[in-house]
Amino acid sequence: MDFLDPLLLARWQFGLTTLYHFIFVPLTLGMSLFVAIFQTVWHRTGDVKWLHLTRFFGKIFLINFAMGIVTGIVQEFQFGMNWSSYSRFVGDVFGAPLAFEGLMAFFFEATFIGLWIFGWNKLPRRIHLLTIWMTVVGTWLSAYFILAANAFMQNPKGYQMSASGHRAEMADFWQVLTNPVALTQFPHTISAALMFSAGVVIAASAWHLARKQNIEMLRPALKFGLWAMIIGFVAVFLSGDQLGLVMVQTQPMKMAAAEAMFNSACGANASFSIFSIGTPDGTGEVWSLRVPYVLAFLSTHDFNGCVEGINDLNQLYTTQLFPQFADQVNGNFAPVLWVTYWAFRWMMGFGLLSTAIAAAGLWVTRKNAKRPVAGWMWRLAVWQAPLALLGILVGWIFTEMGRQPWIVFGLMLTQDGVSPNVPGWTVLISLIAFTAIYAILAVVEFGLIVKTVKEGPQPLPGPDDPDPSDVPVDQTPSTVY
Amino acid sequence: MDLAYLWFFIVGVLFVGYFVLDGFDFGVGMSLPFLGKDEVSRRQVINTIGPIWDLNETWVIVAGACLFAAFPEWYATLFSGFYLPLLLILLALIARGVSFEYRHQRDDLRWKRRFDWMITIGSAVPALLWGVAVANIVQGVPIDADKNFTGSLFTLLNPYGLWVGVTTLLLFLLHGVYFVGLKTDGQVHHDAQALGKKLAIPTVIFAAGTVVWTIFLAAGRGAPLLWAVIACGVIAAVALLLSVWFNMADRDGKAFAAGAVTIVFAVLTLWLALFPYVMPSTTDDAFSLTISNASSTPMTLQIMSWAALIFLPLVLAYQAWTYWIFRKRITRTTIEKAELTAAH
Repeated sequence: MDFLDPLLLARWQFGLTTLYHFIFVPLTLGMSLFVAIFQTVWHRTGDVKWLHLTRFFGKIFLINFAMGIVTGIVQEFQFGMNWSSYSRFVGDVFGAPLAFEGLMAFFFEATFIGLWIFGWNKLPRRIHLLTIWMTVVGTWLSAYFILAANAFMQNPKGYQMSASGHRAEMADFWQVLTNPVALTQFPHTISAALMFSAGVVIAASAWHLARKQNIEMLRPALKFGLWAMIIGFVAVFLSGDQLGLVMVQTQPMKMAAAEAMFNSACGANASFSIFSIGTPDGTGEVWSLRVPYVLAFLSTHDFNGCVEGINDLNQLYTTQLFPQFADQVNGNFAPVLWVTYWAFRWMMGFGLLSTAIAAAGLWVTRKNAKRPVAGWMWRLAVWQAPLALLGILVGWIFTEMGRQPWIVFGLMLTQDGVSPNVPGWTVLISLIAFTAIYAILAVVEFGLIVKTVKEGPQPLPGPDDPDPSDVPVDQTPSTVY
Repeated sequence: MDLAYLWFFIVGVLFVGYFVLDGFDFGVGMSLPFLGKDEVSRRQVINTIGPIWDLNETWVIVAGACLFAAFPEWYATLFSGFYLPLLLILLALIARGVSFEYRHQRDDLRWKRRFDWMITIGSAVPALLWGVAVANIVQGVPIDADKNFTGSLFTLLNPYGLWVGVTTLLLFLLHGVYFVGLKTDGQVHHDAQALGKKLAIPTVIFAAGTVVWTIFLAAGRGAPLLWAVIACGVIAAVALLLSVWFNMADRDGKAFAAGAVTIVFAVLTLWLALFPYVMPSTTDDAFSLTISNASSTPMTLQIMSWAALIFLPLVLAYQAWTYWIFRKRITRTTIEKAELTAAH
């Protein structure tokens, strides 16, 4: 292997920086909503515990927000830095959703988040509450535009090739924005983000409840987190099901690769494999544990439906659909199978596991539960946060690795998208620099979150303290730095 | 009118916005070692930009995205060509951004000092390198027939590039110092005014050099908007001198406003000198990227124009509102009171 291969290094950098960026994004998407809900409850009921919960989880949300912004800049710059041929090819179509994201959503969320953090005692309460809801709108809108841009790479729509054939040009922007992949990917991403954020709420609450601290405040928070996890899962499941149908339509190879299924099959033969061992060269299968009919149903919503296999698709792509690319990929248009196969399973596995734990949590903390929650259960609950996050990250690994060998499905190969004039050592420097700085920041960031969680929310006022609904707002420092 | 020309100016306006707004953030960060003599004054300095630095930084993201969408070829050539300076800018912006969030998280002076330095360096590096980058765009770099940059890092570190880089560094520093003067009281306010006076002469010298050099460069290339380049250069110079005078006359608000006008017209001087190129090639003029050969299709530009027409005024309105909300000075008493509350 050539360690100074710019393509390989650029791909590693993209994968690394994107996954890292996506640790902070889902927490921003989900936690902003939770914080807005907590603050609304406080605003409506005047119950000070919801104010303290707003502040407590608001702090965790903010520690993340800065990281989300700075790692986001890297994302935007590296399309041009490492992938200039790709940028030239798709810029006319792909750039527009990014520009819309900036003009409509990103300015919006950054402004309102600032007003929320610093506006506690400067803005009237209702306006201040409005700023956090505006932040939610901004972050969600932002996510939609980015997913629409990504959808163009998965399933190019709304474009036409230029007369000279050297670039894709905008034909219908509405089609770009309403790409079926974006329409299904968006609820899937948002609900997964809710699951991860719920995991963080559960973990933080459980840590204190296990030590019998802040019970009056964090028990409702725990319940909220557990229910949010369940609701998030139902939404992930339903949207994932739709996304699967779209994927079979638009990128059948990705579905075949998710199943490592070599030959087309129908009905009972289109089985879902829970575990499989492939041949070392990745062209066949040695042994697998399978459930009949399930894949047929997942792919087509019909137990007798048919699913195309890798070998048949390769045949079709090489001879009919994309013969001009066949030589470059040696006739194999499939992604790396062990990655897609296992990422697909781990994604579902992590999601199911965190949901099962949440369901068990609701059971053991139910109102008339006879036994107290055991110590090991609290410790297990703390793992809710990383479990849900891992599910999201392997989900993205599946989505993006499953797109290979294409950078834009059917139009451009990843190997043709890389900057031709950037030498390998330059990309290597950048890869090392980002790895190092991201690693250091991860340690600091994690330490700060743990510290914030351990400090817990501000304690509730005692009976002799002044009226709680007036005090906190005026006492909040306007300067947080 | 051809929309590509309109977008040349919209992208220009976005970069002007970025340099004016994040410019003084960089200046505030760079001034920290000079103005932050104790912990309270350091917090005063940092809190002047506390609620706004991230929204100022969003301008570069929007400017970058609009550059990508309106001029994909320009974006691709620029970002892949100026790889290492942009990498350094990214790393600096990351270090600076997280430092704002992290420094107050621990009550440990050594911890805080470490992040103070990261803020300072993280502000100085982009302040210098953005100038170097813009200067090289204007001056031209080696670009081949495939629109790819063929030089190296050292191609960019030429006399004009470095001169403009030092100019932006000094301008941003001065502008940031004016901002601290405007937003604080007591010793910090006093020190900021004094530092502004000390910076006046070197800044004027470098800025004058940049204006004259740029005018000659534009004239040598037969720039069609030469008259506008000269006009903008003159306005920038006058505004800079006025800002110095206002600072000496203890007029903080006017000094800051004049500083902002200086940066607006300094960036416009460079931007108009570039017109109608977007990245001239020093290899062969036929390989140069121009507004017309680097832009997106009319359809994309039309869609984007609607978005910009509707949303840019809105953005300006709610950002102005934010500045209005946070218009008060950060006084020593505010910080001391905040510390008491935090300790409580």
